[in-house]
Amino acid sequence: MAASPILEINNVHASYGNIKALKGISLKVMEGEIVSIIGANGAGKSTALMCICGIVPVSEGDVRYQGASILQTAAEKLPIMGLCQVPEGRRIFPRLSVKENLILGAFYRRDNDEIDNDIERVFSYFPVLKERFDQHGGTLSGGEQQMLAIGRALMSRPKLLLLDEPSLGLAPMIVQRIFEIIEEVNKKDGVTVLLVEQNANLALQSSVRGYVLETGSVTMEDDAELLLNNQEIRKAYLGE
Amino acid sequence: MIQEFRKIWKPCVIGLLWFLVLLWPMTGINSDGTLEFAKPFEIWLVVVAAAIVVMLLYSANKGGTLDGLYAPLIKLQKVISQKTAVLPNFVLIAVAVGFALLYPVIFTSRPSHDLAINVLIYISLGLGLNIVIGLAGMLDLGYIAFYGVGAYCYALLNIHFGMSFWVSLPFAAVFAAIAGCIIGYPTLRMRGDYLAIVTLAFGEIVRLILNNWMSLTNGPNGILGIARPGIFYPAFDGGLAIEHIYIRKLYMLYYVALLIAFITMICVYRLNYSRIGRAWEAIREDETAAELMGVNTFLLKLLAYAMGAVFAGLAGAFFASRMKFVSPESFTFLESAMVLCMVVLGGMASIPGIILGSAALVVMQEWFREFETYRMLVFGGCMVLMMLFRPAGLIPAKRMGRRSEEED
Amino acid sequence: MDVFIQQVINALTLGGLYALIALGYTMVYGVIQLINFAHGEFFAAGGYIGVLLLGVMGGMGYMETHPWLCLSISLVLTMAYCAFLAMGVERIAYKPLRKQTRLAALISALGMSIFLSNGMMLARGPLDQPYPLQYSSGGFEFGLITINNLQIVIWVLTAVLLVGLNILVFKTRIGMAMRATAQDKVMSSLVAISANKIIALTFAIGAGLAAAAGIMVGLYYGSVRYDMGFVPGIKAFAAAVLGGIGNITGAMIGGFIIGTVEVFGAAYISGEYKDVFAFIILIAVLYFKPTGIMGENIDDTRV
Repeated sequence: MAASPILEINNVHASYGNIKALKGISLKVMEGEIVSIIGANGAGKSTALMCICGIVPVSEGDVRYQGASILQTAAEKLPIMGLCQVPEGRRIFPRLSVKENLILGAFYRRDNDEIDNDIERVFSYFPVLKERFDQHGGTLSGGEQQMLAIGRALMSRPKLLLLDEPSLGLAPMIVQRIFEIIEEVNKKDGVTVLLVEQNANLALQSSVRGYVLETGSVTMEDDAELLLNNQEIRKAYLGE
Repeated sequence: MIQEFRKIWKPCVIGLLWFLVLLWPMTGINSDGTLEFAKPFEIWLVVVAAAIVVMLLYSANKGGTLDGLYAPLIKLQKVISQKTAVLPNFVLIAVAVGFALLYPVIFTSRPSHDLAINVLIYISLGLGLNIVIGLAGMLDLGYIAFYGVGAYCYALLNIHFGMSFWVSLPFAAVFAAIAGCIIGYPTLRMRGDYLAIVTLAFGEIVRLILNNWMSLTNGPNGILGIARPGIFYPAFDGGLAIEHIYIRKLYMLYYVALLIAFITMICVYRLNYSRIGRAWEAIREDETAAELMGVNTFLLKLLAYAMGAVFAGLAGAFFASRMKFVSPESFTFLESAMVLCMVVLGGMASIPGIILGSAALVVMQEWFREFETYRMLVFGGCMVLMMLFRPAGLIPAKRMGRRSEEED
Repeated sequence: MDVFIQQVINALTLGGLYALIALGYTMVYGVIQLINFAHGEFFAAGGYIGVLLLGVMGGMGYMETHPWLCLSISLVLTMAYCAFLAMGVERIAYKPLRKQTRLAALISALGMSIFLSNGMMLARGPLDQPYPLQYSSGGFEFGLITINNLQIVIWVLTAVLLVGLNILVFKTRIGMAMRATAQDKVMSSLVAISANKIIALTFAIGAGLAAAAGIMVGLYYGSVRYDMGFVPGIKAFAAAVLGGIGNITGAMIGGFIIGTVEVFGAAYISGEYKDVFAFIILIAVLYFKPTGIMGENIDDTRV
């Protein structure tokens, strides 16, 4: 495993108005890892991802990507640097076709042939998208939208992929498939993945390490396997 | 330090160059096709000088050099807010009412009375519009039409049937409310900005009808010779007799305007904290949810239009009697926009805010008369600036939640 | 019958002009949900700059020798000027208010509209500024029907601009980015689209189209004035809403409908009430289809 951290968050605070969403969280993602953040509703998981991507302003602390601070970097520059997010609720562009959604994922790239290749590659991961090629994004089912969202993110050839609740509202079969693909992308393309999930079991099974987030603070961090076997975690998040 | 410097001055320089590029073709080309360089640069240099002064003040302020100037002001503000916090609300209101009642005694000049009457008319209009826009959350860009309906209603009743101001006043209110319902009805299914254009269209339709229906409204020439409000005046010569006289003195008209404004304020305040007001706010926040909770959105939206129109109608009738003349020119879209500005600038759904907003805009227009032809230019610029610095209004409504039952 | 065909010709001309202006409203609304009241002023500024540039070229003597070249050059320069103007207005008056309530931006737009129209009055005076008439002379006659050269120019120009805009928005990468920004600004910044640049571009394109309409209106009616932006502005806004605000095809359709209603209303019913007919049609259509002709998604955000 590579030793250098691709993403480092130090003591990050963030708030919406008077409500403090993050009270100083720190975490580290090494290159090539799959790391998951688990936690209940409102723990600040999505806020953490939005802070990394520069959508929610960080009031205190630092976010470092590949060794350099990205706090001052505009959100739209980050995908160019290889940092890409699949946000909560998928956020497909509903009135753009599947093809256009995918092309937009590679918006900053100018290499048209390569983009076509990448579209083919996404179709090999998610064959169903090929059938829906010209359909509007908004007409897809939830699972297809999630596939499209991940496919769109892959189009930017990310080094670090942030995934927010990829299992939300999907049938277990589809969730299984999506996690297989996440692992495949991680192994084959060497994409580092930071995963935010409520479905702790699934997330920890595919991860190397995990963080537990509770009301804006990291309460636990450990190897994923150890977390999976931790009694408290099992009680709190795995429903035992 | 140098980075800070560049961060502030770079946009300033770019902005000034941008301004020059825009300014030059507009002012530097004469109508006969010859070019001129002195005049645009003269204007530009004035703007550059102004920008430099502003930027210097800005960076001095940021650097803390001006803190010394502010300190006493901030202290004073603190003292005042501490003192006023101790006083119960009704004392402040009593002071305001006392000031309003004594205003003609304190300021005796005619222009100051004129100004005050204008402010009061706009307060009524602003508070009426506030019902539609601030409480029920429906963007109305044709509000001035109701003002026009009220004004023409009194004008026509007076000219054709010789009805007096006080008798016509309820008619003006009722007709305006009917107009409100007519406008409200087709818009009930629309939401957001579709509503905006339909109300704007209605406002224009009303104005165009007033402008073109020669036989009824005398078209663009307007209606002349409308009677002033009359009062019954007890006369004591040779026993007690009650005499009807028309008000001629401006300060008497001021009290009539004050009366209308007071009625409006009290009504809007009471509505705001009533069951109906709550329902309106529910509609504003989420119409679908309000409907699911059993709020009759159809009736209440219609009622919001009608109530808003009533106060505009009253103000309109007063306006007609005060000017003794009405013409369609007083009811243009710009007037609607002005009232809307007062509401937004003062702070939506906040009664003191709207009073302040109306006063500020009317007085501002009066001040800017000194700039003569530059008046509207400065006025438009100030509107933009005020929004940039106080986007929520001068006195934003405190509550989106503090209700009558929560107070105790 | 002849009168009818003549009116159809007039309606097409006027409708095309309204469509050009309406596009600016609808594009800006589509991207940032703002009714840009200053848009009519971009149109008026286009009329002014156009006549001034034609005047300069006339002064240099090129108008006699190359009238159409002069017109094309001034058209391009005018569109550029208005695009530049609109980008500046957006940066100063709208961008700082993007996170505030929509009413704050609306008031700012109204203020900007007052500021710009009075600025033009101060710069050019309150009187009509005449346009050179040479373009409207000449044309074709079929019996009682006449089509003058200018009308043909307006048709061609409108068609070129409308088709060009459609290609830009629906066929290019930039157009795709514009549509994506209109649908979801946060997500579009997550795929490396700079929302600020796209919004500025939208303003620029909208104002450019309005500027083209400004020159054409100046030529068609023979003069421009500082406050000429207001009434066409409102009608074009009505056209944009009629078609379903935010929808580009809708704005084109709406523009032609409003133009047609106005021309036929004036010809067959009453000239004084022609504006009333346009507004009544607007209200009637919205009464039966509250989201406009092409509108699909109800915009549920309130003021």
